[in-house]
Amino acid sequence: MTTSLRVLDDGAWISVDDHREVRVSELWRLDAPGFCGCDMADLVVENFQEVGVDGARVETRVHGQCIACGETGVTDWLPVGRVRGGEFVEYDRSCVRRTRRE
Amino acid sequence: MPTDVENWKSEVYGNEIREHLFEFAERGFDSIPDDERDAWFERFKWWGLYHQRNGQEGYFMMRIGTPNGVLEPGQLRVVGEIADEYARGPGTNPIFGDAYADFTTRQSIQLHWIELSDVPAIFEKLETNGLSTQQACGDSWRNVVGNPVAGKDGREVIDAWPVIRDLNETFKGNDDHANLPRKWKVSVTGSADGSGQGDINDLAFEPAYKAVDGNGSGSGEGGGSGEDAVGFNVRVGGGLARNEPRFARDIDVWVPPERVSDVAGGLSALFRDHGDREDRYNARIKFLVDEWGPERVRETLQADYVDFELETAGRDVREEYTYNAGEGERNDLVGVHDQKDGRNFVGLNVLVGRMGAADVLELADLAAEYGSGEVRLSQRQNVVVTDVPDEKLDDFLESDLLEHYSPSPSPFMRGSVACTGTEFCSLSIVETKNRQVRFARWLKENAELPDGVEEFHVHLSGCTASCAQPQIADVSLRGMKTRKDGEPVEALDVGLGGGLGEEPGFARWVTQRVPADEVPGAIANLLERFADEREEGESFRAFVARHDDEELDAFVDPEETDYEDPMLHNTKRTWYPYAENDALDDAPPVPADD
Ligand code: HEM
Ligand code: SF4
Ligand SMILES: [Zn+2]
Repeated sequence: MTTSLRVLDDGAWISVDDHREVRVSELWRLDAPGFCGCDMADLVVENFQEVGVDGARVETRVHGQCIACGETGVTDWLPVGRVRGGEFVEYDRSCVRRTRRE
Repeated sequence: MPTDVENWKSEVYGNEIREHLFEFAERGFDSIPDDERDAWFERFKWWGLYHQRNGQEGYFMMRIGTPNGVLEPGQLRVVGEIADEYARGPGTNPIFGDAYADFTTRQSIQLHWIELSDVPAIFEKLETNGLSTQQACGDSWRNVVGNPVAGKDGREVIDAWPVIRDLNETFKGNDDHANLPRKWKVSVTGSADGSGQGDINDLAFEPAYKAVDGNGSGSGEGGGSGEDAVGFNVRVGGGLARNEPRFARDIDVWVPPERVSDVAGGLSALFRDHGDREDRYNARIKFLVDEWGPERVRETLQADYVDFELETAGRDVREEYTYNAGEGERNDLVGVHDQKDGRNFVGLNVLVGRMGAADVLELADLAAEYGSGEVRLSQRQNVVVTDVPDEKLDDFLESDLLEHYSPSPSPFMRGSVACTGTEFCSLSIVETKNRQVRFARWLKENAELPDGVEEFHVHLSGCTASCAQPQIADVSLRGMKTRKDGEPVEALDVGLGGGLGEEPGFARWVTQRVPADEVPGAIANLLERFADEREEGESFRAFVARHDDEELDAFVDPEETDYEDPMLHNTKRTWYPYAENDALDDAPPVPADD
């Protein structure tokens, strides 16, 4: 089954199979050395830029701001959840997200 | 690659959406195929329906576009009756109750908790009374705005109301202009006060004098009898959204009133053909004006979109603009003002633009009893009762309803504007309307303006879309998140010193991520510094202008006070922030068809 993924509402939501599933305005902890100087960025998710899928893993690039150091910008691809048996399951919001490393 | 939205629009868009909408209404919300929801919700916007946020499945916000904010006699009553009958849902607002209407910053009306199955009946009632939701949202001509008291205002240079009516009739439902790359917001103002707020619209017509020969179709300065004609200068490419605010730019064109429609249609066609359909973020015409510059916009308009010689810009009256200017008098239309015909218009303050259905109905009755029955809406979310003769004025001002919707409110009540926020809007980061009401009430009791400062505008928007026009206020507040004692809390970025007027300026964002419960204290502290360090007679905007960001950041000084904020937690993770059991898992089911 193919999964339909899109960014809606000017970047405020990720829609998975026509249901709004992942929202902006959460705080995510990131292990993303490319984004800012912090060991662990504390990112306010402001806008989803793109959404994609890597195997079963749904990923996104977000525009946001690290509230620990103030840096703003667009992240690399970050995991947000996975599709299991046709159902989307969002990763726990308190988990640390690691940017994809090729 | 065209976006999903462009693909959906190329399949079905514009007037034809209505048939489908009515069919879904007939067969029930669940008849919308699961894999077509995103597409249909996008399309429904064209007919003024916005699906509410997660957890409010099956409920819609409905926007009624009232051109220039004009409600003809009887129409406000119709709105009140519809709100009373249909704008009720599973959630009750602790301040406003059930069934209310929101008056918006673009002179429209929004109702909430509308069920799809009721849409045909509501449309019928609206349309038989001359009202419509057509193109109230979506990628096309939105509600045309202006000075709401056009045709009556003592400060009028030219009556813009016939022009606006003509634009409305020409471009609503017009298939050639129904599918634009993005929204298209037009303002036409005929008064010398700037109350049409043209500078923040995609296309603005503002009053200007021009020496032309003959009947207005002549060819420029110096050629004619020297008599100045009154018409409009044209500006293009304003807008506040997306952290990329722009003021509309002067394209050096003057038009007589009878040609506004040709020029407006030409520019809307130019946008249709040249706007960016590949990237919705870049689609608004403000970005095309950035890229092209105003000269090329003018040249293209002249070469490809109008079949007469454009005049160069005329002499404007911008130096007289006061609306939302942060200085001088008449920053809004609240209070009693003279009409040209000797009667009065009375602007009433509607705190954050929200009014319960019972009050809407009572206001409609008062307008009929003391005025002509007409009511108009301003861009500061307020209402204006027109045509009140001198001999009825005192009785009108003593009506009970005016205790709540005052013509002479506290500056903190009067200056408050707030968008929809997490209560209904899927973009929002924080709670807004009720919070702004709490802020205004607290500030009224606890903060003071220096002597001689009568107005102070605080605008709160839940996200960067900027529906509450935060960047043109004395204090701009915008939804954010931060951590307080390790916990995520709703926060606000604070900007200062924005305003329109002859030389408009956007607020500067000086302090970031103030936890929402510390914002009233921050504003009170800021006002104390203003009072202490103000130069004789200085306006707040001028005070801000002569300080740098660092100094201003220090003046803001967030502080906990006895202000309590019950909505500090993540209101976005609820199905309705004010519900007793607010968790998303407790969301009500899709409303059953009846
Ligand atoms: C239920 C959801 C929403 C509600 C209740 C809402 C409410 C409003 C209101 C009251 C206004 C004032 C203007 C008017 O009457 O036209 C407005 C304007 C605006 N809205 Fe929304 N809105 C919603 C969703 C959205 C979405 C999804 C977007 C973006 C895709 C958006 C972007 C804007 C922008 C950019 C403005 C005006 C700012 C400017 O002039 O550039 N809104 N909205
Ligand atoms: S400013 Fe943002 S949160 Fe407020 S109504 Fe507009 S889109 Fe929604
Ligand atoms: Zn950081």
